[in-house]
Amino acid sequence: MSNIDQAADAGPSPASRQKAARKPRRSRILVDFMGSMTLAITLLVALAIASVIGTVLVQNEPYTEYLMDYGPFWHEIFAGMGLYQVYSATWFLLVVAFLVISTSFCVYRQTPGLIKDLRRYNTQVKEKSLRSFNASAEADLDQPQDEFLQHAHRVLKAQGFRAREKSTDGQTVIAAMRGRWNRLGYLLTHVGIVVICVGALADGTTLLKINEWLGNLEIETRSVPISEVPRSAWIPDWNPSFRGSVEIPEGASANVVFLPMRDGYFVQELPFRIELEEFRIERFSTGAESSYESDLIIHDPDRDEPLRHTISVNYPLIYNGYAIFQASFADGGTRLDIDAIPLGAEALQELEVPGRVFQEVDIPTPDGDTRTIEFINFQLENVVPLLDEDGVRENRHMGPSFDFRLMDRTGHGLYYRNYQRPALQEGAMYFLSGVRESPADEFHYLFLPADADNSLERFRTYLAMLHNPEVRNEIARQVARDDDTVEGSQNQAIAQTAAELMGLFAQGGYMAVHNEIESRVPAERIEEVRDLMVRILHAGLQGLYMEVLQDEGVVSIQEEEQRFLEDTISAINAISLYQSPFFFHLKDFEHREASGLQIARAPGQSTVYVGSTMLIIGIFLLFYVSYQRLWIMARRREDGEGTHVVLAGTSNRHQVEFEEHFAHLKRWIIDQKPVGNADDSTRESNNKND
Amino acid sequence: MSVPHEALDFERPGIFRRIQLRDWAYIALTIAVGVIAFWQYGHMMDRYDTGGLILAVGLSAWMGWFWRPWQAFSIIVGVLALFGIWLYADDLARGSTNFWLNYVGSGQAGVMWMSVFLYLSTVAYVTGLFSRSDFPTRVGGAFAWIGAGAGLMALLVRWREIYLTDPTWGYIPVANLYEVFILLAAMTTLMYLYYESRTGQRTMGAFVMLVIAASVTFLLWYMFSRGAQEIEPLVPALNSWWMKIHVPTNFVGYGGFAIAAMLGVAYLIKHRLERTRPDAAITQRIPSKEALDSVMYKAIAIGFAFFTIATVLGAMWAAEAWGGYWTWDPKETWSLILWLTYAAWLHMRFTKGWRGPVMAWWAIIGLFVTTFTFLGVNMFLSGLHSYGEL
Ligand code: HEM
Repeated sequence: MSNIDQAADAGPSPASRQKAARKPRRSRILVDFMGSMTLAITLLVALAIASVIGTVLVQNEPYTEYLMDYGPFWHEIFAGMGLYQVYSATWFLLVVAFLVISTSFCVYRQTPGLIKDLRRYNTQVKEKSLRSFNASAEADLDQPQDEFLQHAHRVLKAQGFRAREKSTDGQTVIAAMRGRWNRLGYLLTHVGIVVICVGALADGTTLLKINEWLGNLEIETRSVPISEVPRSAWIPDWNPSFRGSVEIPEGASANVVFLPMRDGYFVQELPFRIELEEFRIERFSTGAESSYESDLIIHDPDRDEPLRHTISVNYPLIYNGYAIFQASFADGGTRLDIDAIPLGAEALQELEVPGRVFQEVDIPTPDGDTRTIEFINFQLENVVPLLDEDGVRENRHMGPSFDFRLMDRTGHGLYYRNYQRPALQEGAMYFLSGVRESPADEFHYLFLPADADNSLERFRTYLAMLHNPEVRNEIARQVARDDDTVEGSQNQAIAQTAAELMGLFAQGGYMAVHNEIESRVPAERIEEVRDLMVRILHAGLQGLYMEVLQDEGVVSIQEEEQRFLEDTISAINAISLYQSPFFFHLKDFEHREASGLQIARAPGQSTVYVGSTMLIIGIFLLFYVSYQRLWIMARRREDGEGTHVVLAGTSNRHQVEFEEHFAHLKRWIIDQKPVGNADDSTRESNNKND
Repeated sequence: MSVPHEALDFERPGIFRRIQLRDWAYIALTIAVGVIAFWQYGHMMDRYDTGGLILAVGLSAWMGWFWRPWQAFSIIVGVLALFGIWLYADDLARGSTNFWLNYVGSGQAGVMWMSVFLYLSTVAYVTGLFSRSDFPTRVGGAFAWIGAGAGLMALLVRWREIYLTDPTWGYIPVANLYEVFILLAAMTTLMYLYYESRTGQRTMGAFVMLVIAASVTFLLWYMFSRGAQEIEPLVPALNSWWMKIHVPTNFVGYGGFAIAAMLGVAYLIKHRLERTRPDAAITQRIPSKEALDSVMYKAIAIGFAFFTIATVLGAMWAAEAWGGYWTWDPKETWSLILWLTYAAWLHMRFTKGWRGPVMAWWAIIGLFVTTFTFLGVNMFLSGLHSYGEL
């Protein structure tokens, strides 16, 4: 207000003088403090800092995660200060409350003065004080006073001023002002902010917190079936505002939502039941999602007929003040028909494993042990964007995949992702299985080569034969016999070595072979022996392959067949690292999805919008309407007929523009010359200080 | 001394008399363009799109009247964009085979021209700061106009390119970092040119264009290292009418804050030079502190007003897309922080009448907060706004 204050100081009204002289009352001090700029700025800064904390410290994570990140000591402190939910922490709400109070006080304190300001033209000003204004001018005109005043009024009116005139003792004062909307702008911005905060408060979690304090509510922290959640964590339908989420599988329905709260949740009842008929993902040609949609059916006892409605992202359903949004999606328990293919001697005898996503199934392993498979997820469509050599974009559709974890009896195990269909990799087809230690790691892939029928048949046959000692011995003998480079006497030894090496390889890949050599051969001969052994091993593996092909009726070996063998050898070598006794092949599935809905009730929303509108209008009025006051004092010249004129003005901001405008006003009112025609001879400063 | 009233010019003629013939012509042209656009594409537009078209026509017509250079500028940009679109006909592949598209008319070519001219403009303005002549800064101004025009043309053509890539993708090109950086550079340049034309303080450009050149550098890096110019379909959350108004509004805000910060730099330099080398030529060349302060205030005011609108629009969009008008998502939160930063700045100025180096510093720090809100949040914090990821 500084400049307006300056105007008031310059021509103090009796009232304001008296006020200054009186000793301030205590309540007045409080009002002054609460509405003070210093407090306001302090609060603004405090709010800003608190907000920064809330973005640096990721909010609303599970508490176990925080405990790991910060350790028990800091975790206690952070949790105690509410730093994991800064924006609903009591101290944060207090800062906001103070801000609201401070702004309200400011409005309360300013409004009476403001209204008075707008009403009071202050025709009482003294000539002396007018002269002390930054923008003031003085002149002796030959014009008679009446004529001058008439002229002045015309200029003021044309320039949008409202004016009051008062004459005493032959001296006339015109007090004028314009841009009063600017002052209204001040009110609108600040009241707008208060309104926004009040509306937002109504939509916050304060009511729940109070009920928690009163002991009416208790957070549930366990993740248990809904039927086991105690009543103390249930919120009946009285709650006017909340925002929660619920996941509904296709064909299922829900009449509650879960409200996240600190390290747990509440269960909010709904007065209706939402059924998910179908969830869809619409896709662009690239395979990227273009839209998520849920066909909902609302069953409400108050309705004669259920309401059917499809929601999608950005297009929610507003039903009786409850807004239902498409927020996310997940698997809803897809049925998976899986063949567990043993990666050993029994490779040809698959085990049927029926399962569902989120289920666990126990599987007996060929060696008499048990493993547990936990189905984690199913993905209907996997699209990998690729750039080909020319940089042209291409999308590879990998088809369905499923994620699972395979655990031993102690509950330890790795994470896997298997694709249903074989995928093309550098010209050949493979069944892919990714494996990783934890969901945070990258997958390492096992590539099982697919045969000409796009099946695993040939690989399985080979694997089963390799694991069969009799077959190995037989093949080894053949290999030794067919080898012309060895003498008859060595045949026996070679055959035995070949069979042994194949056995080792079947069990543990090249690693097992290497270890065996290292344990038997002196260090300086290892290189030499290893080369020989690998040659013998490969001869054996090749021989075995010939056998497989022969059984299939393949006679001539093409490049394609040779490559298949290499891939098979690599795959068998990798199996030892794969750490699963099975390859799980997805035979068939019945896809079932779940839609993640966000359901909110926000009665304060329209209040917030009204406040926002006030704020925006207020800001524009504040910035773009310039509030100006002008005084013209005219009296008869002492030396004769003409008029002595004093002109002064003030504005609450935009000094530069105001000074320019004042110069114009002076030219029109006093010099009575057009501004547009710049004859500079008469241009003088309007500011007598310079 | 008495002059007949008619000769004095204090009586503002009515609004219709202040609109000159050329303004009428421009207004008629914008309306005609709007009508043609509706006639051509009306069948693809819902009522929001129609509202948006009317708003755009009204805004452009008003701009032409409010700031006359906009008239010629928008016509040239429009014609160039139409030229590019016409060259494409219905075949995106022409972008690489047609000479004119390859070097002038395509979105990508437009961005390159924008970059070149904005860099040249920066060089010219900086030269102008150290020279006694006004010539370099005038050249800088001309280049800035061309750069901004090329950028806007690029966006308009890209709009068409998106539809040509795949008609089902269609969206207005303000959906990813690449597109908004073009918008930011062009918009900030135009805002600057407006202030320059209103104040005549050409050497301000030597400071303001630096930040624009920096954003162009980022854009080029983003393009060459990440292939950001590739056209991708929208993620479902962005497929909303709100995006079209929320994003550009935001960038008026960011642009204003960026200009204010650079004028803050100019202010501090001037402040220092006035004490250390009051008579040096360079000291005289930098605009007066009062002028800088005044434009700095105006830039922050317009930035703040638009940023407020943008934040409210964002809240309304969030209410529709995420189910809550305010969810303390990091981007929202940083918008609030940024808003508070400038609200405090404005209070200091309004109520305490603060001017001077502190306010200049504040405006500079404000740019850091702006940058973090704009980019840092996407890079360092996770949240719902993560589609603008680097
Ligand atoms: C949109 C943003 C805001 C704008 C543009 C704004 C503008 C103003 C203006 C112009 C004044 C001075 C009154 C005058 O000179 O006529 C003022 C004073 C004040 N504002 Fe704000 N304000 C805003 C937001 C806030 C907020 C968020 C608070 C919260 C604390 C606040 C609290 C105050 C206080 C306490 C005063 C001092 C009142 C007094 O001197 O009695 N304002 N504001």
